[in-house]
Amino acid sequence: MTYTGGIDIGSTYTKAVVLSGENEIVGRAMEPTGFKLTEVAERAYGKALEEAGLSSDDVLYVVATGFGRHQAQFTDVQVTDLTAAARGSTFFFPGTRTILDVGGQTMKASRLGDGAKVKSFRLNDKCAAGTGAFLEKTARYMGYSTEEIGPLVVTSKEAIPISGVCAVFAESEVINHLSQGVAPADIMHGAIVSLVGRSVQLMKRVRMEPEFTLIGGILRFRRMVDVVREQLSAEVNVPDGDLVQFTSALGAAILGQRRLRKLQEEGLASDHAGAST
Amino acid sequence: MAYAAGVDVGSTQTKAVIIDEAKEIVSRSLTDTGANVMRAAEKSYEEALLSGNLSEEEVEFVVGTGYGRYKVTFGNTQVTEISCHGRGAVHMFPGTRTVVDMGGQDTKAIRVSRVGEILDFCMNDKCAAGTGRFLGAASSALDIPLGDLGPTALRGERPVKISTTCTVFAESEVLSWLGKGKKIEDILLGVHQSIAARSAGLLRRVRGGRDVHRRRGAQPGDDRDAERASGRRGQRERGIALHGRAGCGSVRARSHPGQPGAGEERTG
Repeated sequence: MTYTGGIDIGSTYTKAVVLSGENEIVGRAMEPTGFKLTEVAERAYGKALEEAGLSSDDVLYVVATGFGRHQAQFTDVQVTDLTAAARGSTFFFPGTRTILDVGGQTMKASRLGDGAKVKSFRLNDKCAAGTGAFLEKTARYMGYSTEEIGPLVVTSKEAIPISGVCAVFAESEVINHLSQGVAPADIMHGAIVSLVGRSVQLMKRVRMEPEFTLIGGILRFRRMVDVVREQLSAEVNVPDGDLVQFTSALGAAILGQRRLRKLQEEGLASDHAGAST
Repeated sequence: MAYAAGVDVGSTQTKAVIIDEAKEIVSRSLTDTGANVMRAAEKSYEEALLSGNLSEEEVEFVVGTGYGRYKVTFGNTQVTEISCHGRGAVHMFPGTRTVVDMGGQDTKAIRVSRVGEILDFCMNDKCAAGTGRFLGAASSALDIPLGDLGPTALRGERPVKISTTCTVFAESEVLSWLGKGKKIEDILLGVHQSIAARSAGLLRRVRGGRDVHRRRGAQPGDDRDAERASGRRGQRERGIALHGRAGCGSVRARSHPGQPGAGEERTG
């Protein structure tokens, strides 16, 4: 069996996936990234191997992605998050043409051509207002943790407009709304609407076209998906459950499989592969 | 004796000053703005009256300023803080031609005339980068009280380079430097240099005169760095964070009933 690994060292969480030669996920794990990127990559990968019941010798090729990809020292190659996201998204939804990836500290929109090639992309990298940090801060100002955002916003009846210009300035807005007796759920809903407004702008700038696939940790909040669907007036693809967070790690592992096959065809990986085949 | 008062309702703190006819400060107070802006305005004014041993009747004219100036419901008029900074700075340092105001949520560079009228200004408006909140983020990330930030930064020798613009991301960057084993004083010096560089950028945009005067709501470390970054020497003054109000006092003196030009104060 030819196993490959994909590790996505994101700004907030590090995700690891172990993939079989039949493109089946046999193990996965997620760890908060923190500040020791090398160690967290090892830890997440170790846990994914454990879940798969494999040792690191069983895995023939490991691909790293995410902002911390160069810190993972045991990997064979690094690919950008955009490439990995494109592979992962088209694996789940082959018709994907536009990807929106919203993570803890990043927002990325990309448009794909044939063969999951990234044709155009835009990032929101200097400012937290268009990222998960905006929702996280809004929640924290009201005394909620990030994990409580989902359950909280489900109870919202209407969205209270929150200007999404700066995650720091949102604090005064939130406090004003709270002091006027606005429900935290409605404020949270407003923050999501504002964040999605920025996402759609980013998607327009890559000249989006259907199908749309949404990935990244922030898309685990169903309300986020609903609001994107409303604002685009179009159907969107979302990977099931927590796979939405693992899409890029999976994409990296898929690229690993491809690379491995190429190497095997060239006979370069023979001594590598000999051990487990 | 007739008195005038200025109440500056800032994003973070509310300040009140009472001056006499000779424009001497007779009392002042400082309170956190919090969520109830109107209450903060009243409280700071009451405290200033109390410490000056004055009654409300003795104060003839009250000017509200700052972002919450319309919540100074007891005020006779409202004036933008930009106008007040100009008046206040020129009152304290008559040679002032450019004022830098670093507050909790905004940073402004203001070019003023010899009498403190506003000629030009620019400010951050959409983003908290380069404002006091940047220091606040460092303070909470490193768990150091705001008041200790400046003195600690001044001990730094090899400042780190803070590469993030956004205040939210700076918080994580500060922690990551800590994780890499950098000294707290070097991280804080880097934070101060980053915010000073942004103020210097504003200064260049207003193309002010030579005599830079800084109204500091912020920290001691800022001065040194802003001077370095802007290549100009600045004056410092101890009664920090009080300009807006002293400025309002002067505005009041100008728009006092019976004086020509009453109410002509322009709004920046």
